[in-house]
Amino acid sequence: MTHAMASAMRPPFPAERGVDVYNKKLGMWVFLASEVMFFAALIGSYVILRFGAPGEWARPGIVLNIKITAFNTFLLICSSVSMVKAYAAISDGDPRKMRFWLLMTIIGGAMFVGIQVYEYFHLVEHGFTPAGVREGSELAELVKDGTLPAATMGLYGSTFFTMTGFHGFHVTCGVISMAYLYFVKALPGKITPQDYAGIEVVGLYWHFVDLVWIILFTIVYLI
Amino acid sequence: METTHKHPPYLLIWLYLAILTVAELALAFELPISRNMKLLLLLFLAVWKALLVAMFFMHLKFERWNLRILAIIPVPLALIFIAAGMSEHIW
Repeated sequence: MTHAMASAMRPPFPAERGVDVYNKKLGMWVFLASEVMFFAALIGSYVILRFGAPGEWARPGIVLNIKITAFNTFLLICSSVSMVKAYAAISDGDPRKMRFWLLMTIIGGAMFVGIQVYEYFHLVEHGFTPAGVREGSELAELVKDGTLPAATMGLYGSTFFTMTGFHGFHVTCGVISMAYLYFVKALPGKITPQDYAGIEVVGLYWHFVDLVWIILFTIVYLI
Repeated sequence: METTHKHPPYLLIWLYLAILTVAELALAFELPISRNMKLLLLLFLAVWKALLVAMFFMHLKFERWNLRILAIIPVPLALIFIAAGMSEHIW
C-alpha cells in the first residue's frame, strides 16, 4: 500500500485515540458485523432447510425470472461503483462530482427496489407466494404435472421471500439514507473535503448491501 | 483547494465484477458439468466477487489491522453457526 493510498483512505478529520478510526465509521463497522450474523441466520436457515428437505427442491430457473434479476444484480454493482466514485470525488475535493455520483447511486438503488417490487408482483401473479404455490395458478399446474415438487414449495416460498424481502428492506433503507445525504447534506454544501464522514459511512453500508446481494443471488437464483 | 489522491482502479474492479457475473450465469445455465462441481464453482465466484467489493469498495485492503479484524471476525462465526445447524439436521 502506498502512502498516498493510505492517506486517501483516511478522511482528514481526527480519528479516536486507540483504534485510529473515527467513531461514526467504527460504529458502522460494528453494525455491519451484527448484520453479517443477521444475514447468516437467514442464509443458514435456507441452506439447512433446502439441503435437509425431504425430497427435491424446485429449480430456480422454472419459478424465478433469472434474466431480470441478473440485470438487477448488475445494477446494484453499478450503484456500488458510483457510490465509491462519490467518495473518491469528495476526497479529491470535488463536491460537484460527488453530488453527481451520489445522485446516480440513489437512482440505481431506487431502480433496484422498483425492479424487485415488479418481480414480486410478477411472481405472485404466476402463483408463487410466501406460502408456496397458489391454487389454480400457472405454477400450480406445474406442481400437478410433476415439474415442480409439491412437498417443498411452501419452504421455498417462505425462505425466498424472507431473504430477498429483508435484503430489499436494507436496500430501501440505503436509498433513504442516501437521499437524506443528498438533499439535506450534499446540496446545501455541508459535505466538504474536510468532513465527508457521511459519504464514507453510508457508502460502507451500501457496499455491504451489494456484497450480501452477490451471495444471495448465487444461493437463491443460481444454485 | 482541490487535492487529488491515488485511488484504487474502481472501474477495473467494476469490469471484473461484471465479467464474473456473466461467468456465473454461463456456469449456472450453459455449461454441462456435474451439479456438485457447479455448486462449488458458483460459490467460489460469489466469494471472489464479495471479496473484491470488501477489499476495494469498502477499502478493507487499505485499512489498519484492527478494523480488518473487526470486519473478518463475524465471517468464521457465521460459518460455524451454519455448519452447526447443518450438522444437526443434515449430517
